Amino acid sequence: MKGYSANGVLKAVVKGRGGVSVSHSKNTENCKIVRMPVPEKVVLPMQQHIGAPCEPVVKVGDEVKVGQLIGDTDKFVSAPIYASVSGKVTAIGDVKLANGSMSKAVTIESDGEMTMCEGIEPPKVENAADLIKAVRASGLVGLGGAGFPAHVKLGLMPNENIDTLIINAAECEPYITVDYRECMENSANVIKGVATLKKYLGFKRAVIAVEDNKPQAIELLNKQIKELAGGDPDISIMALVSKYPQGAEKVMIQSVTGRKVPPGKLPSDVGCVLMNVASVAFIQRYLETGKPLISRSVTVDGSAIHTPKNVRVPIGTSLSDIIDFCGGFKAEPFKIISGGPMMGAAVVGTDIPLLKQNNAILAFAEGTFKVKPERDCIRCGRCAQVCPMSLMPTLIVRHTKAKDVAKLNDAGTMVCMECGSCSYVCPAGLPLVQHMRLAKSVIREAGAKK
Amino acid sequence: MSVNKKLTVSASPHVRSPHTVTGIMLDVIIALIPSLIAAVVIFGYRVLMVTLVCVGSAVLAEYLSRKVMKRHQTISDLSAVVTGLLLAFNLPVSIPLWIAALGSIIAIVVVKQMFGGIGQNFVNPALAARIILLMSFPSAMANWATDSKFITTTATPLASITRPTEIITSFVGETEELPSLLDMFLGLHGGCFGEVCSLALIAGGIYLVVRKVISPAIPLAYIGTVAVLMLIAGIGDFEFVAYQLLGGGLLLGAIFMATDYTTCPVSFKGKIIFGIGCGIITTVIRLFGSLPEGVSFSIILMNLLVPHIEKLTTAKPFGTPKVDKKAEKAAKKAEKEAAKV
Ligand code: SF4
Ligand code: SF4
Repeated sequence: MKGYSANGVLKAVVKGRGGVSVSHSKNTENCKIVRMPVPEKVVLPMQQHIGAPCEPVVKVGDEVKVGQLIGDTDKFVSAPIYASVSGKVTAIGDVKLANGSMSKAVTIESDGEMTMCEGIEPPKVENAADLIKAVRASGLVGLGGAGFPAHVKLGLMPNENIDTLIINAAECEPYITVDYRECMENSANVIKGVATLKKYLGFKRAVIAVEDNKPQAIELLNKQIKELAGGDPDISIMALVSKYPQGAEKVMIQSVTGRKVPPGKLPSDVGCVLMNVASVAFIQRYLETGKPLISRSVTVDGSAIHTPKNVRVPIGTSLSDIIDFCGGFKAEPFKIISGGPMMGAAVVGTDIPLLKQNNAILAFAEGTFKVKPERDCIRCGRCAQVCPMSLMPTLIVRHTKAKDVAKLNDAGTMVCMECGSCSYVCPAGLPLVQHMRLAKSVIREAGAKK
Repeated sequence: MSVNKKLTVSASPHVRSPHTVTGIMLDVIIALIPSLIAAVVIFGYRVLMVTLVCVGSAVLAEYLSRKVMKRHQTISDLSAVVTGLLLAFNLPVSIPLWIAALGSIIAIVVVKQMFGGIGQNFVNPALAARIILLMSFPSAMANWATDSKFITTTATPLASITRPTEIITSFVGETEELPSLLDMFLGLHGGCFGEVCSLALIAGGIYLVVRKVISPAIPLAYIGTVAVLMLIAGIGDFEFVAYQLLGGGLLLGAIFMATDYTTCPVSFKGKIIFGIGCGIITTVIRLFGSLPEGVSFSIILMNLLVPHIEKLTTAKPFGTPKVDKKAEKAAKKAEKEAAKV
């Protein structure tokens, strides 16, 4: 069959345009995920996902147990929030999140016992509707960073226009290795999860896409398919070229299927659903145990971190507790990033809670990243060359200055996924991603005025 | 240790590639050095004098004009050095030094800084300055006199080979003998001192392509177009084509001037169109124009067309459905007709 290599690992259908090669810095790739001790308190924001915020269903003073429902809403695009430790609710109020926005949050002081909530049992799943309901109840959001409620995507199924389930295990951001560890340590859950989703939701095929700089994960998953999925020929591993941003939704869909998601459309419009690999493994665990999303793995790394690690952390633990578990800082932190260095957000302090979708905490000492002097654009065209979305950032900067909304739209401003490739490569050190955000806000404002 | 100082909060991405404007310009300078060495060997030390005057006055002019205009200083990006070098390479070795300095000042002040500095000028500064010098000081700019021991003929050989073979042979009796093709390749012939040594220019070009400073699209499209058209004009005479490619400023222009970021299209398609355009104009000027040399003019002319080429070749955003032009036209027609009725 076309595209198959000797051991059945698929090769990318299309090598997409653009992208940059960033240093991988996967320092923690061999660090097994370790559990951290129970923190003294957790702060659970009601907005840990894209969509409607939850409302707390507990009061200050309530005793709660691990896995107990803390916040929920009847809105469809949202995901319930569960207690990640057992203890007492001590506060409900607004807190600042990593991205600077405010959210209502429930603070639980832990009793250190981690007593499980009674009545946690595996959900009964017999058909697609059951499965989607279960996924919503699990509180799962995309664990890869986007934080989109998983049941919304899966809720599109069964659907005869959607044929492909893509499991995103590219992990193209430097430093982050939690998805890789998930593949290495929980390969059985990954494969079983894929098989479950495929069976109940009626995907014709499922492709687990991994960057080719992770040969061990590719080999292991490939072996597990044969053993655990009965060698289902429609579940396969695909090795993608290691280049940033291979894991971006549209880029990955093109690499795996050759299909291009048109501007303003969704993956489902080209027959695909994308799931992060850790999310899939979580679904399988949830179906087997009924334990909702109360902890996640996160990579802690960077030049200011004493002992970089992959840590399993109760959701809502403060960044400072997590960093302390990794030996604290070995150098004065200059910049702390929630997420990867290409798309992650720099945070103002470490007194913020870890959310469901945070996959890394990176702390860097001053001078780790060279700062380029900002100069005038020399029109070298590198930004346009690397843009995976075929945009011309310089053109968009010009239209933004002129506030020309029609031209901004034509130039595809809204297609920009803020991957950062253009800023990364610009020899003049221009903050092009910021310009792209500004351009988008110009369009949004114009839309709001209408 | 804990978080004492304020953390730096800046927009993503937090990592940046090691490429800088200064680094790129340095690469261009490195790529020009073989040609400079070749020129010194062939024409003697006056080459260095002219080059130093051009580079020095370019940098000074940039410094002063930024100062007068109260803009931030840009000399550290080394682009003025590159402009000075390129202008020098386009001058005969006998050029009076004050004319060389004047050329640099025109390039930097009039062509580059008055339009807003790096990235803003719409024609190549060094070439524009060269053309202004050509028109203002025609005899000084065409004085090929040299005391070089390598060169027997003083005229730039292109003057004698602008017509197809039969015509050349009829000239050979009157003019001095043409240099051999090997001499042409090594640079042992008359001309502007930076353009003669094809070997050094090609080496510099390969360096720039390997370092990914330039894409080979423009040089290849440009030189390829000249080769094909000259082959047709020369009725299949490959020797004639070889003289055309190695002579005059074609290689210097195609590798170092036409690829100037600011004044060439960004997209691959645009670059190919640009290169082909330069090739066609160069050929036409060389064959039919009154000037023996057309490289500077053709690049400048194409520079002026760049905004239009860009408009035609800008890529559509990812996933934009292909418009079926025929269907679109038909739809418009139908609309019009519907409007009429
Ligand atoms: S990469 Fe930077 S210098 Fe080059 S064209 Fe883009 S904005 Fe200008
Ligand atoms: S313009 Fe947007 S999509 Fe393109 S490289 Fe820049 S950030 Fe990425």
